[in-house]
Formats: sequence, C-alpha cells, structure tokens
Amino acid sequence: MDNKDMMLTVSSSPHIRAKATTSSIMRDVVIALIPALAVAAYVFGAKALLIVALCVATCVASEAITERIMHRDVTVGDWSAVVTGILLAFNLPIQAPWWMCVVGCVFAIVVVKQLFGGLGHNFVNPALAGRAFLLSSWPTHMTGTAFIPLTDTVTSATPLGILKEGGNLSKLPSDLNMFLGLHGVYGAIGEISALALLIGGVYLLIRKVINWRIPVIYIGTVAILSPLFKQDPIFMICSGGLMLGAIFMATDYVTSPTTAKGQVIYAVGCGLMTMFIRMFGGYPEGVSYSILLMNVATPLIERFTRPRVYGYAKEKSE
Amino acid sequence: MFDLQKTEICSFRGGIHPPYNKELTNAVPVREAKEPAVVTIPMSLHIGAPCKPVVKKGDTVLMGQMVGEATGFVSSPVHASVSGTVKAVEERPHPNGNNVLSVVIESDGKDTVDPSIKPYEDFTSYSSKEIIDIIKNAGIVGMGGATFPTHVKLTVSPDKHVDTVILNGAECEPYLTADDHLMQDSPERVVKGLQIAMRALNVQKGVIAIETNKPEAIQAVSKAAEGLQGIEVQKLATKYPQGAEKQLITAVTGREVPAGGLPADAGVVVMNVGTANQVALTFETGMPLISRYVTCTGDAVKSPCTMKVKVGTPYQEVIDQCGGFSQPAAKVISGGPMMGVAMQRTDVPVMKGTSGILCLSKEAAYIPQPSACIRCGRCASVCPIHLQPFLISAFAQKKRWDRCEEFHALDCIECGSCSYICPAKRTIVSSIRVGKRQVQAERKKRAVKNNG
Ligand code: SF4
Ligand code: SF4
Repeated sequence: MDNKDMMLTVSSSPHIRAKATTSSIMRDVVIALIPALAVAAYVFGAKALLIVALCVATCVASEAITERIMHRDVTVGDWSAVVTGILLAFNLPIQAPWWMCVVGCVFAIVVVKQLFGGLGHNFVNPALAGRAFLLSSWPTHMTGTAFIPLTDTVTSATPLGILKEGGNLSKLPSDLNMFLGLHGVYGAIGEISALALLIGGVYLLIRKVINWRIPVIYIGTVAILSPLFKQDPIFMICSGGLMLGAIFMATDYVTSPTTAKGQVIYAVGCGLMTMFIRMFGGYPEGVSYSILLMNVATPLIERFTRPRVYGYAKEKSE
Repeated sequence: MFDLQKTEICSFRGGIHPPYNKELTNAVPVREAKEPAVVTIPMSLHIGAPCKPVVKKGDTVLMGQMVGEATGFVSSPVHASVSGTVKAVEERPHPNGNNVLSVVIESDGKDTVDPSIKPYEDFTSYSSKEIIDIIKNAGIVGMGGATFPTHVKLTVSPDKHVDTVILNGAECEPYLTADDHLMQDSPERVVKGLQIAMRALNVQKGVIAIETNKPEAIQAVSKAAEGLQGIEVQKLATKYPQGAEKQLITAVTGREVPAGGLPADAGVVVMNVGTANQVALTFETGMPLISRYVTCTGDAVKSPCTMKVKVGTPYQEVIDQCGGFSQPAAKVISGGPMMGVAMQRTDVPVMKGTSGILCLSKEAAYIPQPSACIRCGRCASVCPIHLQPFLISAFAQKKRWDRCEEFHALDCIECGSCSYICPAKRTIVSSIRVGKRQVQAERKKRAVKNNG
C-alpha cells in the first residue's frame, strides 16, 4: 500500500484505553442492586417494582428533558439517572404515593444534579437529597415507613422507630430476620434485606467498582460504637438502611473523597454521625443525613488529604 | 556467595495492567532485516543539540563512518549504517513530525566497514574517562526510547554519590518484545555492558531488572551473570509503567528520586538493556551504534516479529518485511501504545530509539469520545507519581496554570496510565501536557522578570 493513500490518525498518547466506561460502571451498580430489588418484589409484591420503575422513568426523562433545555449533550446513555432512580425508590416507603415519587425524582435530577452542572458536578448525592427533600416536605408520608405484616397488627414504625420511642420491644424482629429481610417488612423498599445488599456489595467489590474502605469502615464504625450505647451491633448494622447507604450511597464517586485517607475519614465520619443521630437526634434514622453531611464535608476532607507526591519528602500544607 | 536471582518481586505503588499483546512476537525468532537500499540518517537521533553533517553529496562513505558530528556536550555523533554514496544532505521527514536535516546514503550492498573501526581491548584496561569517550564517539544513546546521550548519563558530577547501576529490562510497554529478545539472544553482552558502565561510574553494584512476564530472559541473563561479583538479577512485577525510570529505581532500591532531580540524586544510574548491549558490542567490534532490535507488530501487520534493523531504514520497509499491512492501518506508532508517538507517514527512518513500529487497525486504534469526569478517582489511584490527574487536567482546561503548578503538573511523567484507566475516556495526559508547557512558560517569564 502506498503511504500517500494512507490516512493515518495522529493523536497523542496513550493510544489504548481500558474497557470500563462510565456506563459499564453504572450498569454494574444496577446489577448489584438487583438482589435487593428481588427481595423487595418478594416481600412487598408488584408495587415495589412499580415504584422503582416509576422512579427510574422519571429520572431518565427529567435528565433528558433538562439536558435538552439546557442545550447539553443528552447523557442518559450513561445509566447514572437509572441508578439515581433505583436508589431513590429504594429509600421510599412502600406506601409512597406516585406523585411523591415523581416529585422526589425531578428534584434529585433537575435541582441537585443538572442545575449544578450535570454528572460529576453535584456536591451531594441526588438520590439522598431527593429523599431528604421529601422527608422534610411530607414527613408523614415518608415516615410510615414499615409495618410488620406477619404479626398481628400493622404498626407504623420501623424497628429503629420502635426502639427510639420505647415502644413494644417484643415487636422487634430477630437479628436473623433483620439480616435476611424475608419474613417481615422493616424498612424502606430497598433496605429490608441486609443480605441482598451485601451480595450486591460483594459484586461491586469484585468488579472493582468500589473499594472496601467506605462501606467496611462505615459499617465497622457503627458496629464498634453500638456497644458503647448499649445497642446490639448486628441490629444496628442491619437496620435502617445502613447497608444500602454504606454500600451504594456513601460510595457515590462524585460526592465522596477520592483519596484513601480521605475515604477513611469520610467513612468514620458517616459512622459517627449515624450513631449520633440515631441515639440523640430527632429522627429515628440517621443514615441519609449522615451521608449528606459528609458529602458536604468532602471538598474539605479532600483538601486536607492530598496524597504525597512522588519525590517530595513530607508535603507541607500549602 | 550472595543470592544472584532474588526470589522477591519488586514493584511500585500505582500502575495499570493493560493487555500486553506480547504473544504476537515474543515467540517469533528475531530476523535480520534485508539490507536497505537507501538509508536516511537524520542529524537528530538523540535528545540534545543536532549534529552537523561532515559529508556532502557525492561522497563515498563506509559502514560505521561518522556522517554527522556532535555539536556540544549533550549531543551524540551519527554514523553511516551502510557503505555507499551520499545521495543528498537535505531536510527529510523525521519521526518527530518535522523535517530534519539528514544524510541520505544509497547502499552499495557491500557493507564495507570503515578500516578505522577495530575491536577495543578488554574494558578493564581503560579508565573511566576513556570508556566514556569510547561510548561518546560510538554515538551511543538511550535505546529504550529516550535517546539521551549515554556518555552524559555516565558523567556524574562528583557531589552525587552513585552506588548502583540498574539495567532496565522491564519493557513494560505492551506489544514490544525487542528487549526481551535481545536479553535472550545476547545475555552475555548485556551483562558485559553493565560491567563496563559500572567501571565507568566506579560503582560496585549492578542490577538487571526484568519483569516477570519474561521468564526466558530472566533465565538467560541470570545464567550469564552467574558468579560475577556485584551483579544481581531483580524480578519486577509485571505492571505498567514499571520501566519508567523513577518507578524502576523505587522498585529496585526503595529510594525516591527527589522532585526535579535526576536518578543520580538517588544514587542510581539507569540504562536500558539495549544500550548496555550496544556498549558491549562497541567494545567487542569497535562498531558504533548503527542498528538495533525493532518490534514491528500490531493487528494491522501480517506477520509481526522483532527484527534487527539498521538505523535509517524507512518504517515502511520494515513493515513490508513483516508481510506488509494485513488490513488498512489507522495508526502507525513509533514505540509502544502507551507512550509511543503516532506517525503521519511511514517513510520516516528507524532511529536509535525506535523500539517498535506498532500498526493498529481502526478498531484497535479506536478511542471513544470523552464524557464528564465522574470523580471515580481511578486516575489518581493508578498514577505512579501519586498525582491527582483529574484535578490537574480540570485546572488546565480552565487555564488555571497556577493551580496546575500547585498540584505538581511538572512532576507528571506522561506515562498515560490516567488516560488509559479513565472510564469517562477523558484525555487527561493531553491536558496535563498543555498545563506543563504553560507552567514552564510562566516560570521562564518569572525568571526573566526577576533577573531583569
Ligand atoms: S479516572 Fe476519569 S472519571 Fe475518574 S476521576 Fe479520573 S478523570 Fe475523572
Ligand atoms: S498524571 Fe502523569 S504521571 Fe500520573 S498517571 Fe497521568 S500521565 Fe502518568
């Protein structure tokens, strides 16, 4: 072949790229959420699936529409809106009315994500912010979080709620049931089975989507602090969305530190805040607010945990 | 006796594991390339001042004869790789993308050796200065690709305490197998070259460092080094960029090269195994650097292999000798896929630093469109310099050169690991390069201001 006919591409190195893409990573997160979704469908029935579907559809649609209006590239192909939709749905109670799902999703995508510049620019996790928004706007719809259908009456409190209000402790489920989540309904749609969430977490670790630091240290901190407050550690880590939060929401790349040291501080912070809110706060549950607070603290943590660059003795803070 | 081949495997923090694709060529025996009909010898085959031609059109030249003389300390002479007639002394396309003054020689096919070229005595009969001069006159430069003149590397200022010479046999770039083959074909020369460098630097310790994915080379070199005082073979983890100078030094010695410093500041001089081989070859035969091992490979080449090629041979001729293109090549890269340079044309000559000619099809060369950074931190976790590439590239895009500097853009070794790993397919290194250039420009401006 004559070299004059050849059209050679000239671009700067490197000339090869790894396989993983933003969408493949987000797809992995969706796959990791499937076990929890399956448990939700098993326990709550088709309604759980409907809520998830509604949230996903709303998130994807609002992302596409906003990006159109703002003359940005439409990026729904990256699956990040799907992840936000599922996570937000997982944080809702099964009785959530449809309009609340829609409002929460629109808020998460339009206000929290797109108005701040789209993927990568939001400073708090959109799903959590959406949940917090709903919780402060319609607290009654958001708190009747759980009931225990396999016992006599329908209560309107989560296990943590029962604990907090000094309610009938015999209604508290056993540790094993909390862990499996199959025999009763103890929380928001996606947080009922610690086991299912853990399976998803292991998948994410194997696929190297997340590293162990944030989930393990977050959950570990809660477990270690529990005895100090005379709480059962197993109960504490299996309830109230801690697993969901620690594995899937605190690990959100955009809103958590990128450095190893930063991740440790952040995770310990999440754990401390969660215990504090659970034990002393006005809400029975502390996971979402803890993570949101630590999201806000992330830029600061990053600033103080800059890695030591090769070839410099000990980095002085500049 | 101390343990020659340490069982421990050394490494560094960070790095990536790209597909290596070395199996395309690592089991194919090395061939000697056909005698080129015409060679083009550019006056710049090294980093530093270009040479000045010492022949003119119509002159008859002999193989090994100097055709361009060095013009300064950081410069290195160039020699005729064939015997024949000088056809032209003019600007010709160079792999660096520009036209460069070159001596074009038409071969007479006889390879008549310049009579002044004679083997040297045993290297132990020369002083350090004499060794360095021999290396300098033979036009020997770093053959790993950096092409820094070797005599400059071996001239270490007396206030630095160099105690170790490391031979770089990592060959961490995917696809390339030139060093691997060389170490298997002439392990004794590689070891001899190390001994010569050790004598030139007056150091007692030499390490030949090889990645674990080259077991035959490790074995061959270990055998050649057996019983030799002060020489060790060190296995390195197979990880890119294990062969980058700083990462190699840290892996082998545990020391770090201080920022802005030279390997000598960490007490080390690093040399490529190919360079060491050439040093020994020059002592053995007197012949300057006129040929080298080149891996011609990629999915667009019919029968990839590593070849012994004369400097000045056109890339296209090397490709043709590998059966030519098997499918249209979208990219022809000088070097490996991580740090190699994409060529505009294939009539450029093989240089002293050409370790590979990599021809990629459209599919293999495909680079997806970049999307927004998701702050996944992967780029930072693979950066062998422990930078935060996503921050530096973002600052560079915002033209915040001061922030680029603050986040140590200048320390980036441009290994490309960050761009490789980025799931958003961002062209991180490219923006960091821009940042580096600007930071350097600003520094110069500041220096001028302070002096004026
Ligand atoms: S690897 Fe890419 S997406 Fe991830 S932080 Fe770095 S630049 Fe951003
Ligand atoms: S920032 Fe520079 S040194 Fe770090 S991975 Fe990227 S190219 Fe390599």
